[in-house]
Amino acid sequence: MECLVPKLTFLSADGTVRAVDGVVGESVMLAAVQNGVPGIIAECGGNASCGTCHVWVADDYIDAVGEPNDTEEDMLDLAVSERRTGSRLSCQIRVTEDLDGLAVEIPPVQP
Amino acid sequence: MTLGVLVVGANQAGVQVAVSLREHGYDGPVTMVGAEPHLPYQRPPLSKAFLSGSADLGTLAFRTAAFYEEQGITVLTGTRVEHLALSGEGPAASGTATTDTGRELPFDRLALTVGARPRRLQLPGAELDGVCYLRHADDAIRLRTELESAQTVVVIGGGFIGLEAAAVARMRGKAVTVVEAADRLIARAVAPVVSDFYRGAHERRGTVVRLSASVTALEEGPRGRVGAVVLADGTRLPADVVLVGVGIVPRTELAEQIGASCDGGIVVDRCARTSVPGVVAAGDCTVFPNPMTGEGSVRLESVQNAVSQSKVAAATLLGEDVPYTDVPWFWSDQYDLKLQIAGLNAGHDKVVVRGDREGERFAALYYRRGNLVACDAVNSPADYLTVRKALAQGATIPAERAEDSATPLKTLITTRAVAA
Repeated sequence: MECLVPKLTFLSADGTVRAVDGVVGESVMLAAVQNGVPGIIAECGGNASCGTCHVWVADDYIDAVGEPNDTEEDMLDLAVSERRTGSRLSCQIRVTEDLDGLAVEIPPVQP
Repeated sequence: MTLGVLVVGANQAGVQVAVSLREHGYDGPVTMVGAEPHLPYQRPPLSKAFLSGSADLGTLAFRTAAFYEEQGITVLTGTRVEHLALSGEGPAASGTATTDTGRELPFDRLALTVGARPRRLQLPGAELDGVCYLRHADDAIRLRTELESAQTVVVIGGGFIGLEAAAVARMRGKAVTVVEAADRLIARAVAPVVSDFYRGAHERRGTVVRLSASVTALEEGPRGRVGAVVLADGTRLPADVVLVGVGIVPRTELAEQIGASCDGGIVVDRCARTSVPGVVAAGDCTVFPNPMTGEGSVRLESVQNAVSQSKVAAATLLGEDVPYTDVPWFWSDQYDLKLQIAGLNAGHDKVVVRGDREGERFAALYYRRGNLVACDAVNSPADYLTVRKALAQGATIPAERAEDSATPLKTLITTRAVAA
């Protein structure tokens, strides 16, 4: 049996859609950054310190990605351009096989 | 035909220059050269997640090889530029770089993101096996391996690198001593109240901290390896592994070869321009006007600075005029203590502490002439973010009200007092 490579889809503010392969156990941010998805900046490298990997998770996946921890909660509260229901820091979302097909939207402005 | 941009230094700053050039629509050749054998990677985790074994080098890479190829960015790893010469013809910065393999790389625009090397100990025994530094991935791989068999670790230097590595070693069950020459930890970066907190925090977790202690020699132990660290007062600290974290020295040699002004780093202006027309520099290797006050110059060893300054440098190379205005920020992870710093505290005349030091959640706010200039926040991301936001807006937070921990800082942001 082959291992599932979860596909992650990023929708940019200009309407561009990019699909990249996620690596199970690594973050959604890492998949975006290493493949050069514009708009996911991740200055702090995944430390929940900069807020520049903020995404809006599509409604269908909000439960699957789980809840932010306290630090991320503070970041979302104070550091991102526009907090919505699906707001998450993509560095704090671990890729699992269940997240295959995950769709997120990238805000037009990162902090 | 354009010869394109040569970026010397394949690191955080170098990658940002190259990527920003493409983002700005530059379509000429971009070549990035680095001495290390790896594709450019993040350095901060080397003293944190990587050292503790919870991250591997592949996850630290900024971009995949496919990305660089797709973007038309040539990355030459394992290649050191040894000589730079400007031709004096064509565009101002036209010239040729010569590598350690004798290869010639012509360019007509040049970005120096050459970084820094760790300051080495100049003491008897400093070259013994078991004496480690921590700057590059290969240093971290070596230290990680050394730590596997070590029981006793001495860290020379109580700065961020030393303390982060000390925390990892302690969490791996080693007996750890930190030796610092100054009378407090992280003395260049934080106020005494924060230094004292970190001393206590490390001691509570079982590390021995020796301040005002100068090392006179490293002593040979069994099998020709390091065996002990000898202090000026005669104390002999047994050590299976010694980590030296006593700062870095900017690599200015190449800049000097082309006549660029250097003064404890490559001197650049707010647009990342060196004194040589057409040549920019960015990252740890630069000294530049304090971006917050414009007074005095600073050299910032941080991811944020590498990124911000490199964006500015790329814009400058393309003829845009976008001065550096980002608020500096920095972080350090030690144990479960997350330190986040916003702003620059140079020249501060007042420090206000809020929160709970015993509970290891607090923030120190720095003021200069009545205005907020910086914040060190320990396990207090909301305070850090609020200060960062206030500084970015050119606003302040009244010192007398900031002390009240019950009042959220974000409710206190106000316009700045006029500087005296």
